[in-house]
Amino acid sequence: MKRREFLAATAATGTVLATGLAGKAMAAEPLKVGFIYLGVPGDGGWTYQHDLARQAMEKHFDGKVVTNVIQNVPEGADAERSITQLALAGNKLIFTTSFGYMDPTINVAKKFPKVKFEHATGYKRADNVSTYDARFYEGRAVIGTIAGRMTKTNKIGYIGTFPIPEVVQGINSAYIHAKKVNPDVEMKVIWVSTWFDPAKEADAAQAMIDAGVDVIMQHTDSTAAMAKAQAAGVYAFGQSSDMIQYAPKPRISSIIDNWAPYYIQRAQDMLDGKWASQGVWMGIGTGVVEIGEITDAVPPEVKAEALALKDKIASGAYHPFTGPLNKQDGSVWLAAGETPKDDMLSGLNFYVEGIQGDLPK
Amino acid sequence: MSLGGIDLVVLIASLMVASTPIMLAAIGELVAEKAGSLNLGVEGMMIIGAICGFIAAVETGSPVLGFVAAAAGGAVMALLFAFMTQVLLSNQVATGLALTLFGLGLSSLLGQGYNGIKPPPTPKLFGSLGDLPVVGPIVFGHNWVVYLSLILVAGTWAVLKYTRAGLVLRAVGENHDAAHALGYRVRTVRTLALMYGGACAGVGGAYLSLVRVPQWTEGMTAGAGWIALAIVVFASWKPWRVLLGAYIFGGVTVLQLRLQAAGIAIPVQILSTAPYLITILVLVIMSARRGRAAQGAPASLGRVFHASH
Repeated sequence: MKRREFLAATAATGTVLATGLAGKAMAAEPLKVGFIYLGVPGDGGWTYQHDLARQAMEKHFDGKVVTNVIQNVPEGADAERSITQLALAGNKLIFTTSFGYMDPTINVAKKFPKVKFEHATGYKRADNVSTYDARFYEGRAVIGTIAGRMTKTNKIGYIGTFPIPEVVQGINSAYIHAKKVNPDVEMKVIWVSTWFDPAKEADAAQAMIDAGVDVIMQHTDSTAAMAKAQAAGVYAFGQSSDMIQYAPKPRISSIIDNWAPYYIQRAQDMLDGKWASQGVWMGIGTGVVEIGEITDAVPPEVKAEALALKDKIASGAYHPFTGPLNKQDGSVWLAAGETPKDDMLSGLNFYVEGIQGDLPK
Repeated sequence: MSLGGIDLVVLIASLMVASTPIMLAAIGELVAEKAGSLNLGVEGMMIIGAICGFIAAVETGSPVLGFVAAAAGGAVMALLFAFMTQVLLSNQVATGLALTLFGLGLSSLLGQGYNGIKPPPTPKLFGSLGDLPVVGPIVFGHNWVVYLSLILVAGTWAVLKYTRAGLVLRAVGENHDAAHALGYRVRTVRTLALMYGGACAGVGGAYLSLVRVPQWTEGMTAGAGWIALAIVVFASWKPWRVLLGAYIFGGVTVLQLRLQAAGIAIPVQILSTAPYLITILVLVIMSARRGRAAQGAPASLGRVFHASH
């Protein structure tokens, strides 16, 4: 095990590593499934959750599926080389687990029509490219509610990564629901232009704390902001992963990405020969977005309120973007009772009314 | 003191914290390069320092021992580089890149089980003096590593400029054949210079994992070592300019985040490129003024030394 991890890490810039159960004698050739990771499983966040799901999938199929991983793959031109490498290595199903792999995935898919691709959080599909995404904004509505109740300075912070729709949905959803329970709340957004850079994430958290923010939400992958929140005695939320090691304070709850059911389903589809291109967007209702335990640092009535909201979203009784809602410039976005269509949401590129500052284009 | 919603005192205090890791790594690399070795493995040595320091501090409860272990870890990495390049005469660029990859991999192996642990806090050196207005946070409010980094810059400058050892080191870096002909031990000097560089990079890495973040995360240096390498070049291999370059880089990084927190309407794209642009601009303008001679890349930098006679 140790040796395997050592190899995995040493091969950081792109050697394909078979983590499969090579020793098992199999009657049929096992299905080879490839994964491209943005970071390393040790980030404790985004990549960690994908890796947990990958392990769950291997375990579920007990030798019928083996996986290959390339980690630390930058978003951009180099990704194409890594994806090609996985396709050439005989992987029949390839998961590319970050938004920035969208065009590289499409390009490689053209060259390997028999290989199936699954791209996370993107919107471009082809006959052999599916997309899968999670409605993180549903989780943001729940933690936004908690944030609005917990802030004493009425300033909540959001560490943004890149102004892509997923992040903009998260900021809007968190703000709308914080504002709903606390009309005086103000949202401070800091864009760090990276998914993973612990030092910069910590600096951003510190900058917020010094500016009076006392509840921090983040879209970045590491737990660095948690460490700063702990030192300053302010609240924060786990992102992507539970980050339970920072409970009960500063981590008062979390949004957890649970990809395992989806990965198992898609591998099963391959084994059954039923795989078809699709675009799915799964939320709290399907269990892909989970809300981590709300700790005792949160008053019981706030916890109950948050859980009630979660249940309403899960059952489909409530959509986090329900009108009346205005855009930042004051023009009408959604009329009373109206909810947005998915393709409108997946291209969301503006703040809702009340958020200060310009959204980077 | 506040400007546009940003507290200047807090800003200066936090830019010193943000700049310290790259400054430490850069001042160490400067010495290695002054002796003629180009070690591109700064990133790898930093992250080994980050994890060695973290493990030692957590296991012993002493941040001081943590930093000592970090220096040792970085120096061992550098020794590996020295063995490859000085004894086996391998290509320095390739070996340096390999050292970075090796360091990243080894650190994530060593760091298994250290995720989510809080290291012992590194105390502030002057205690309550740090509570004084203005000068408190800026001058007295730091832990000892910040002062050590400043002392190292001053010490490196003084040793290189005024001592015999510094002269020998520079001679080796400028013309290793001549230095060898005069009887100086080129490989020994370079090995020691590389180890100093490794130790400094290690301490810089530990500053990330023990003070600035503070926690262990795989790959947490996230390119800081490459920034340090660039700063050495743009600083024209001059210690005080390394300090200036690191502080400008760290300062603008911190400032741009604080400008965003203060809600000042400058496009984010400009803000996030600003640290790179401004640091390069300032250092390039400074070195352009005095013509090419002042730029001062050591003449034997990166060249293989083989004592054939």
